[in-house]
Amino acid sequence: MELVDLSLRFRGQPNDVVDQVSLAVGQGEVLCVVGESGCGKSVTAMALMGLLSPDYSIISSGNLNVGGISFDLTRDALPREMRGSRVAMIFQEPMTSLNPVFRIGDQICEAILSHGNVSRSDAMARAEEMLKRVGIANPAQRLFEFPHQLSGGMRQRVMIAMALANDPQVLIADEPTTALDVTIQAQILDLIRDLRDDTGMGTIMITHDLGVVAEIADRVAVMYGGQVVEQGPVRDVFENPQHPYTIGLMSAMPRLDRPGGRLAIVPGTVPAISNMPDGCRFRTRCAFATSECERRPGLSEFAAQHSVACHFAPLEENIGVTA
Amino acid sequence: MTQSATNPPVGVDPVTETRQQSRVWKKFRSHKSAVVGGVLVAFFVLIAIAAPLLPIPDPAATDWGAVRKAPSWDHWMGTDEIGRDVLSRLIWGAQASLLAGVVSVGIAVLFGVPLGVVAGYFGGWTDAVISRCTEALLAVPFLILAIALAAFLGPSLTNAMIAIGISATPIFIRLTRGQVLSIKAEDYVESARAVGLQTPRILSRYILPNVLPPILVQATLTIATAIIAEASLSFLGLGQQPPAPSWGSMLNTAKNFLNQAPWMAMWPGLSIFFVVLGFNLLGDGLRDALDPREH
Repeated sequence: MELVDLSLRFRGQPNDVVDQVSLAVGQGEVLCVVGESGCGKSVTAMALMGLLSPDYSIISSGNLNVGGISFDLTRDALPREMRGSRVAMIFQEPMTSLNPVFRIGDQICEAILSHGNVSRSDAMARAEEMLKRVGIANPAQRLFEFPHQLSGGMRQRVMIAMALANDPQVLIADEPTTALDVTIQAQILDLIRDLRDDTGMGTIMITHDLGVVAEIADRVAVMYGGQVVEQGPVRDVFENPQHPYTIGLMSAMPRLDRPGGRLAIVPGTVPAISNMPDGCRFRTRCAFATSECERRPGLSEFAAQHSVACHFAPLEENIGVTA
Repeated sequence: MTQSATNPPVGVDPVTETRQQSRVWKKFRSHKSAVVGGVLVAFFVLIAIAAPLLPIPDPAATDWGAVRKAPSWDHWMGTDEIGRDVLSRLIWGAQASLLAGVVSVGIAVLFGVPLGVVAGYFGGWTDAVISRCTEALLAVPFLILAIALAAFLGPSLTNAMIAIGISATPIFIRLTRGQVLSIKAEDYVESARAVGLQTPRILSRYILPNVLPPILVQATLTIATAIIAEASLSFLGLGQQPPAPSWGSMLNTAKNFLNQAPWMAMWPGLSIFFVVLGFNLLGDGLRDALDPREH
């Protein structure tokens, strides 16, 4: 799946909340999209799925290519038939993502029945198989339980079962582990990785947890203020971050191998979308900003597959900083 | 702390304890006035249904030998101006009143809820059109609108029910729309859309069941209002037509004999009072029992 040049803004706002974002994920690949709250990660995912209401948002450019079929997102959203069958999504809040008035089995069946021409009993069998596959004990019994009878981790497993019931090619996971405790978090990440290995689906994982990224990602895209500022293989980005914002993120992460001292912080906060600076959107918080940064830096390849949107990349040569 | 966590209180089954139905029922039962309301409503429903089986005289049978007689062993609640048994007319009148309450609210729910769901879920122009019409209807007082419609449709019990139903519809449109607006922002609706469910299925399986509790409460309370409205219309001669009995028309004739035969007005008046009180208490109890914030 490939997303090219997505730009969108909310009605009544002058600036784009998602600005020329391009992402691509191949078969069996995990792409992590990281960035702090409000940087446009989730909105990008919602736009991909065609879940944004045109009442509130305007998509001004963007093309989506899913398995060889391409869409102009300014004209039509991902059609309903492909939602859930080609591209599936799981959400941050497993506690509220299931309909409280229906049994688990009915909800999974619903997802299967809306895409395939199968009988209800076949769909039920498939639902049971999916529950088993996501590691739920006693699947036959769980099918007949209501969401409030399950724990958060189990509900997230149910959500994953539901998302994967139609064998999607791409799974979009919007902070799937944020609401769960660390043990369950690790189990869910393992599960997603196993399912990826089994099915060869591509995964776009949205998170602000760099630990999750290190754990699961093949490639990573760092977003700031609605733009992708750095993108590349996870090893390159972690070991050799090039954008000043990525460097800030990395050094703000507590590390066991370098104990002691205070954590570094990125000074300031993300400007409100209505007063984003022109040019480089990070320049008001950047230690290296010069007048040149009033011109917008393009995302350019700095090493193999590793691209960054900064006039000074590579920083080491140009300014003499290392991460 | 650890102890209380490992030893749940004896006698509480954690599974049934969390079941929503039993919780609602328990809460409803603990609400004394709601139970009183339920009993009152049940009583009137029972006598209305059992009217043909009860050993009472024909409500339309006149007896010129017993005109405006005070309550006695022969006529427990007295007789009216042409010698008809008040108790019998009261019991048969309960049918008209309850039917009017239930049917008119049924009409209001049948039209109001789908319109509210559509307005709330789709928004935009659909919502604007439906909401403006609703507000226009709400600007006219409920009873005035019902009287105007009933007069327009012509006097009969059926038309009175239709008129009351239409007058009560905007209440349900507005309530449903507001509920849908909050439910459609829930994560499970979003995930239903992400899974690719068809819109009608999302509406019927994800939105509707979750907006029903407040609508149920409103419907119960509106039945009370509708019963008063039917009595008012019958009082004005726009509802149940003579000789068929109804509480409103009984009050209408009784008003001419308040000095000589106060029982003619007293019994239908008390009946209206108690049945309306019953529905209101029941509605309040349901509201408390179904309110998720208080769990």
